[in-house]
Amino acid sequence: MHPAPSVILFSVFSGMGFGLLAFLGFGFVQAAGWIAFLWWGLGYGLAVIGLLAASFHLGNPKNALKAFSQWRTSWLSREAWASVATLLLLAPMALSDWLGLGLWRGFGCLGAVLALVTVFTTAMIYTQIKAVPRWHHWSTPLVFLAFALTGGAVLAGLAVAQVLLAGLVALLLLVWRIGDGQFARAGQSMNTATGLQGEISVFERGHTAGNYLLREMIYVVGRKHAAKLRGLSLVLVGPLPALVLALSGLAVWGFAVAALLHLIGALMVRWLFFAQAEHVVGLYYGAR
Amino acid sequence: MTALPQTTAKKLGLVIDLDTCVGCQACVTACKGWNDQGAGLSDQQPYGADPSGTFLNRVHSFEVQPPEGEAQIVNFPRSCLHCEDAPCVTVCPTGASYKRAEDGIVLVNEDACIGCGLCAWACPYGARELDQAAGVMKKCTLCVDRIYNENLPEEDREPACVRGCPTGARHFGDFADPDSKVSKLTAAREGYALMPDLGTKPVNRYLPPRKKDLRHEASVLAPLLDIQASGFAGWLDRVLGKI
Repeated sequence: MHPAPSVILFSVFSGMGFGLLAFLGFGFVQAAGWIAFLWWGLGYGLAVIGLLAASFHLGNPKNALKAFSQWRTSWLSREAWASVATLLLLAPMALSDWLGLGLWRGFGCLGAVLALVTVFTTAMIYTQIKAVPRWHHWSTPLVFLAFALTGGAVLAGLAVAQVLLAGLVALLLLVWRIGDGQFARAGQSMNTATGLQGEISVFERGHTAGNYLLREMIYVVGRKHAAKLRGLSLVLVGPLPALVLALSGLAVWGFAVAALLHLIGALMVRWLFFAQAEHVVGLYYGAR
Repeated sequence: MTALPQTTAKKLGLVIDLDTCVGCQACVTACKGWNDQGAGLSDQQPYGADPSGTFLNRVHSFEVQPPEGEAQIVNFPRSCLHCEDAPCVTVCPTGASYKRAEDGIVLVNEDACIGCGLCAWACPYGARELDQAAGVMKKCTLCVDRIYNENLPEEDREPACVRGCPTGARHFGDFADPDSKVSKLTAAREGYALMPDLGTKPVNRYLPPRKKDLRHEASVLAPLLDIQASGFAGWLDRVLGKI
């Protein structure tokens, strides 16, 4: 699948933002006044930047409001509702933390849960697609939620971030292993795609020039570097931030540097999430 | 509404005969020609260095070595299969994608499409292409503006690809009617669906290439060449055969 920068930025930034908002909503961060304002602002900023980035992926964004209409069937529509509901519901809690209004924390918890639900709906947009076997697996929502919680914990300056960073690395190693066998497990081949028996090879692709399918679904650029990128992203996303946190003695600057390193790693992992995902339509082109 | 209808009164679709198709691309051209009117199907740099365009129908060619018999070239037209359980419809966030309850045609309401491309991702068959100029999704409509069009002569009230096929490899009809031409053809020739395990329940059916004759392995002179050796040659034959 084509790793569109808009979708990578959207899912990483909004995931991290909603993760931070969840920790803030649950009240794990003891902050008041302008510090609270900045912290909530960071969460809202990341979430909103992510959602704005997503709109750049649209071919016809003037109809964007219509995306709220099909929540009964469409995960994309559900995500639109969940994200807006989260941002609205958490606003009173953010104001309360900032101005010290003493609003009941249960309200924040509700918003926090909804923030995680939003991340889940984002993941389901990909998980639901049977035509991309690597994504069509229970591990996809798990990875998205793990990224949101880990990134959120680092941004929230919580000591538990170190545990989450280690857990994320283990999860990624497992998921990559599962993912590499998913296409074969899905059992689709050029034979099932065409219904023809015997050995099949492509004689002519039907068009000599490129098309939308080849650009969007049969994106193979950069796959040869996938192994290197996996190693590099794994170091950036977990061990290196954890090391910085440990060396800094959980100081503020440590969390800032760790967050930045984790963010770069997360962007690389998400790039691989798309670039390594094979769509079954590739079978008609003798590609994956 | 992107909820799929429980049942459709008709199941309009195509039968594509892989035995008859010669890969001439007439259906591709006929489709593009008809559907390029009105909203159109845009091309990008059609005469430039890197041409690209929106098509609703593509014809691939495969080299197939069947388990038995000779290798053959199979031309394979690929377009929307108007699935009963169309994943492209349910993923649509705006309701632009829908399946008609009356005849089962899967359509896109371009006025509601946001061009997110999710439906194209959801389709296993590559039936949908995002028009790069219009920014909205395009797909086969089964020429909905031909098949019911009373301004056209009756023989033209079928999809342009079917009308344009010079070898009669494409057939259009109602699969819900067991007596229709397409139902009978499917039954007679063991028509099949593509990637049925994905649960999309395609309506369109493909007819497999007919069994070809086997090549005569032996020479036509075989009866004359099958000479039983006798005398010295026969003795030599027996001795050499035993070594």
